[in-house]
Amino acid sequence: MSAGTWRDKARRVRALMVKETRQVIRDPSSIAIGVVLPMILILLFGYGLSLDVKNVPVAVVVEDPGPAARELVAGFQLSPYFHAQITHAMQPAEKLMLERSVDAIVRIPADFERRVNSGSAEVQVLLHGGDANRARIIQGYVQGAIQAWNARQAAEGKTMTGAGGSVTVQQRLWFNDANESRYFLVPGLIVLVMTLIGALLTAMVMAREWERGTLESLFVTPVRSDEILLGKTLPYFLLGLIGLALCIVAAKYLFHVPLRGTLPVLLGASTLYVLVALGIGLLISSAVKNQMVASQLAMLATFMPALMLSGFLFDLRSMPAPIRLITYVLPARYYVTLLQTIFLAGNVWRVIVPNMLVLAGMAALLGLGSRAATRKRLD
Amino acid sequence: MKNTNGAVPAVLVTRDLHKRFQPPRLPAVQALDGVSFEAPRGMLTALVGPDGAGKTTLMRLAAGLLHADSGELTVLGVDVSADPQQIQDRISYMPQRFGLYEDLTVAENIDLYADLHGVSPEARAERYPRLMEMTALGPFKSRLAGKLSGGMKQKLGLACTLVRSPELLLLDEPTVGVDPLSRRELWEIVRQLVDTQGLTVLLSTAYLDEAERCGHVIVLHQGKVLAQGQPSDITDIARNRVFVAELPAGQNARVVQSRLLDEPDVIDAVPDAGRVRFVRAERPRATAAGAGAANALVGAQVSAATPRFEDGFMSLLRRVADQEHASTISLDRPLAARDDEVVVHVHDLVRKFGAFTAVDHISFDVHRGAIFGLLGPNGAGKTTTFRMLCGLLPATDGELRVAGADVRHARASARAHLGYVAQKFSLYGALTVAENLDFFASAYGLRGSRKGARIAWAMEQFELAAHAHEPSGQLPGGYKQRLAMAAALLHEPEILFLDEPTSGADPLARRAFWRRITALAEQGVTIIVTTHFMQEAEYCDRIAIMDAGRVLAEGRPEEIRHMADLSEAHEPSMEDAFIAIVERSRRNGQSREVAA
Amino acid sequence: MLEALLRIIALTRKELLAVLKDRRSRMSLLVPAIVQGLVFGYAATYDLNHVPYAVLDQDRSAASRQLLAGLDGSGVFERVADLRSPRDIQSYIDERRVLLVVQIKQDFERKLQQGQGTDVQVIADGRNSNTAATASSYVTAVVGAFNDNWRRDHGLSPQVLTSTDRAWYNPNLETRWNMIPGLIGTLAMIQTLMLTAMSVAREREQGTFDQLLVTPFRPFEIMAGKALPSMLVGITQAAGVFLVAQLWFRIPFAGSIVTLFSGLVMFLLAAIGIGLLLSAVAATMQQAMLFSLLFIMPFSLLSGLTTPVSNMPSVLQYFTAINPLRYAIDIARRVYLEGVGLPLLTHDLWPLALIAAVTLSAASWMFGNRIT
Repeated sequence: MSAGTWRDKARRVRALMVKETRQVIRDPSSIAIGVVLPMILILLFGYGLSLDVKNVPVAVVVEDPGPAARELVAGFQLSPYFHAQITHAMQPAEKLMLERSVDAIVRIPADFERRVNSGSAEVQVLLHGGDANRARIIQGYVQGAIQAWNARQAAEGKTMTGAGGSVTVQQRLWFNDANESRYFLVPGLIVLVMTLIGALLTAMVMAREWERGTLESLFVTPVRSDEILLGKTLPYFLLGLIGLALCIVAAKYLFHVPLRGTLPVLLGASTLYVLVALGIGLLISSAVKNQMVASQLAMLATFMPALMLSGFLFDLRSMPAPIRLITYVLPARYYVTLLQTIFLAGNVWRVIVPNMLVLAGMAALLGLGSRAATRKRLD
Repeated sequence: MKNTNGAVPAVLVTRDLHKRFQPPRLPAVQALDGVSFEAPRGMLTALVGPDGAGKTTLMRLAAGLLHADSGELTVLGVDVSADPQQIQDRISYMPQRFGLYEDLTVAENIDLYADLHGVSPEARAERYPRLMEMTALGPFKSRLAGKLSGGMKQKLGLACTLVRSPELLLLDEPTVGVDPLSRRELWEIVRQLVDTQGLTVLLSTAYLDEAERCGHVIVLHQGKVLAQGQPSDITDIARNRVFVAELPAGQNARVVQSRLLDEPDVIDAVPDAGRVRFVRAERPRATAAGAGAANALVGAQVSAATPRFEDGFMSLLRRVADQEHASTISLDRPLAARDDEVVVHVHDLVRKFGAFTAVDHISFDVHRGAIFGLLGPNGAGKTTTFRMLCGLLPATDGELRVAGADVRHARASARAHLGYVAQKFSLYGALTVAENLDFFASAYGLRGSRKGARIAWAMEQFELAAHAHEPSGQLPGGYKQRLAMAAALLHEPEILFLDEPTSGADPLARRAFWRRITALAEQGVTIIVTTHFMQEAEYCDRIAIMDAGRVLAEGRPEEIRHMADLSEAHEPSMEDAFIAIVERSRRNGQSREVAA
Repeated sequence: MLEALLRIIALTRKELLAVLKDRRSRMSLLVPAIVQGLVFGYAATYDLNHVPYAVLDQDRSAASRQLLAGLDGSGVFERVADLRSPRDIQSYIDERRVLLVVQIKQDFERKLQQGQGTDVQVIADGRNSNTAATASSYVTAVVGAFNDNWRRDHGLSPQVLTSTDRAWYNPNLETRWNMIPGLIGTLAMIQTLMLTAMSVAREREQGTFDQLLVTPFRPFEIMAGKALPSMLVGITQAAGVFLVAQLWFRIPFAGSIVTLFSGLVMFLLAAIGIGLLLSAVAATMQQAMLFSLLFIMPFSLLSGLTTPVSNMPSVLQYFTAINPLRYAIDIARRVYLEGVGLPLLTHDLWPLALIAAVTLSAASWMFGNRIT
């Protein structure tokens, strides 16, 4: 028997792939992780998560009925950023805030008109700190409204301080002019989906083979360990690419996130990441050989870090040094950088090349590692 | 493949093989301790021995899946440790639990292995029909392997290993948990291949009748070879020491047999077709307390009998394992003496799963203190019946009274009277022996000094005290079974349900088990048991044979044997009777279907 | 009654023994919760403290230097480059060398001195627009301070209208302050739900469930005996994360511990109810794990932990009504930061009670009827 020729190798790998594909199709749990979970994530990220702050409910406490105050109030009422509720005393406004019916209180004090006329007036702003990020954004909006009032007053020559310049900030957000949080959440979603399919699903199915003893029977055949690995990885690699396609279509046509780089580069980066994830999944499963433990490890080692430590939600530069160090060994970090750049900035080679090289290095290392771990031995 | 001097070399040769395992936080296990033997070409070689003898380790070493610590192992003339892949290219191996892909169909599983072995389409066209015919799996080609019965799964596993003719076939306990019918079919497949194609097979087994049918036998015990040779060599060990006692009327073979086991000059005794078959010791054992076999056999007619393989095997084991003679058991307070009270009453019991009728109008009664055996092939409805008796499954229709209570309506109160030992070890593996007993005692509502007394009783009766603080999942097989029995007896149930308690157990453990069961029945506990070992039906007062959800025959063992109505001259064994009854019923069923 | 109680205690004891016996499983109950509390406490923050930026100062005046000194002295901005030409901006941003570029035009100082308004350009990398917007708002604050100083130094009156801002419950508006109390509920839920969902499935898979069912246990008792240990584990984990918040991050606790833990008990009861229901449905441990994953993921994403519930489309907001974590996070934050008492939490507590009641009774019914 000529077990060593390439044609025999190809035939065995094909047989294993056919087997694996049939199992994926028939096993509800593979479908759940490979298809249902990605869909749920796509919908949640596309529609459910948003950091955009609009229509903030604020209470405006008007204690002074004068024209200057009325103009300020009008500014809040007309702004698309606010949904203003007018009260005339502090107490009801505070009650609204305690109930979380409003996120901020703007208090226009009783002597407002008089003070404006004397050249220096003040409004009091109370923010609900229950969600600090949101509170800070609201603070910025309120500042904006006050600046606008100042500018208008100066332009109309109503105040005497028109003279004397001041600096205003003109901000431009490159790659995301409309400041849509969806633009960075959707690429982040792709990382999570690829991680689920690549690492979690692979860890589970490989551990299942150890657990059910199917590998013991498989080992005593002409099949080589690298063929077992190939037969295992190729179908899930393809499944990962299907998931990727699903995400790209959703990103482009459902959520209208632009793809400014080119598709081949995106596919290349994703291929590398899926390979890395597969390698992690295979290593975990051959280390623990138990479905339960393997899946929990895969969640802890790949999914949670991809969510929290990859930089897609929280800025890596602001994390303390030890935690930043951890992020350097996480493949998700490099993939997030790649995805955000390819989707929103375009083919920026100075970003793409080094990040892809790191992923390629990780893939090679993990490939060798899982080959060494998958020996045809039981001890 | 002949070597230079022209002699046929052995296919598998081991020389002083050692293998040791080191489980975490437990003492090391010497699985193989200097094993040397040869398996000849073109015949069946059997590895027999009790649990933990090292059979599976040896199989895995031969398949190149493990590395020996020291010693030589050559398979097909190749040093296994040097080139395991070459061995794996040339042999086929069926592990104890063959790794079938349960979500692939029968045909897909076979195709996978054919592809891996590189079987050409022409060879498949020739081979597949024969495999299908041998295994009778033809009609189930497109059924998922996970949906097959235990026996069919084993046959499919065998078919997968036989997609091409291997130079050596390794079978690791291929018939464990398989009913007698399927077992016989599996054997026929293997025998046919050996006889017609000169296939070389090495198989391990706990069934001694299987070993007897092999060309060469190796007896392993605690990692050492006790004996090897032709089966007749082993059988001869017991020559002139085997006797059969015809009992006077009124004596129960089971009781006499268990008494005989205590005698110093007896090394083995089993009930056999209403008589007692026993083996005398080469020299009396010092440990036993009795006064000699003659004492236990007053009034019986003793005559010499031809030894069987089992007799030789037991003699062999007794030489090295003299100590453990099946221990008996005594209850704190024996239940009321055996009388004619019916404690389990089953009438017209039906259980349907959708359109499928798993149990089809069955009826039987079990009297207090009796041992009732429920026999039948895999999928006959035994387990379903069992689960209904224990209140684990509601009946679809019919009457079911256990210890006087209607199980359908009073499950909770009926449960306090029964004990249940599942087929698989089903206590908490992470908890120690003591913790398990403590939990089940509380679960049955025992507390205070009563609880302490019962746990102490269980520890003593089942000799568990030495292992009290070990996690029960890591106990040796025999101890697990004892612990399960102990837990089921803590609340002194009137009825004990045992689901295939001896499946996979070795002959020594089975003797010990039945010794305890016999003692319990003597003390008034009613026992209902299912088993695949037909010789064990001899221990029962009554047995019922089930197939396809119906009771085919019910009665005392000797009545069942006569019901089989075998024309052969010799006394039919229980296994022959069982197979005859089931096959007759299946033939009738088919002809009824044809007529309709 | 007493019998039932004793049986429940026996089962609880057994469950706890099985979980706590092994050092590894003991560790796996507390260590991941605390480590995640620590790591995510540091990582999960929208606040920025290292913003690399570049300057294109085309004015090179005293005024521009003063403005830039304000940025450099803020402790947040780190200047990595001084650009010579506007052409350089693109590569610095594209290659992610800076998060933003501050551009000061040539007539910056002149305009200011002439009393005209002028502006600085801030060009930010919007690949993570949230980070970019936060960084820009920091620039705005620095520029505001510059304005005030400039006017004061040049004898100008300050702006007519200013505001005094005060944030309730979180004076410095640190995201960590509301992230970590949110983690108390989230981390406790993840393991509690999984543990519960798998506990019955494990018994089923290992055959011990049958052994339980042939004893006098009633379905309700089995359920109670499973819920109690999970509750203890959940409370312990919650306490662990709470201690991390208190002792490590030193976030001041405004409420009462009794109120916080009463709320958490109610929440865990709802989570355990869901776990028990899943375990009643699941046939194998693998299924139980998958089911719990399918629940945990949307639960934690739609809980308000990372993004506010009020930002979600109304359809999803309705879905969050059945998400116990949403209420738990609200309770934890409000008790922790605002110090509210139970009366103000009723609108969180009654949905939790309802979820617990529905899932627990459904699970109990399933145990009783799905004995096959």
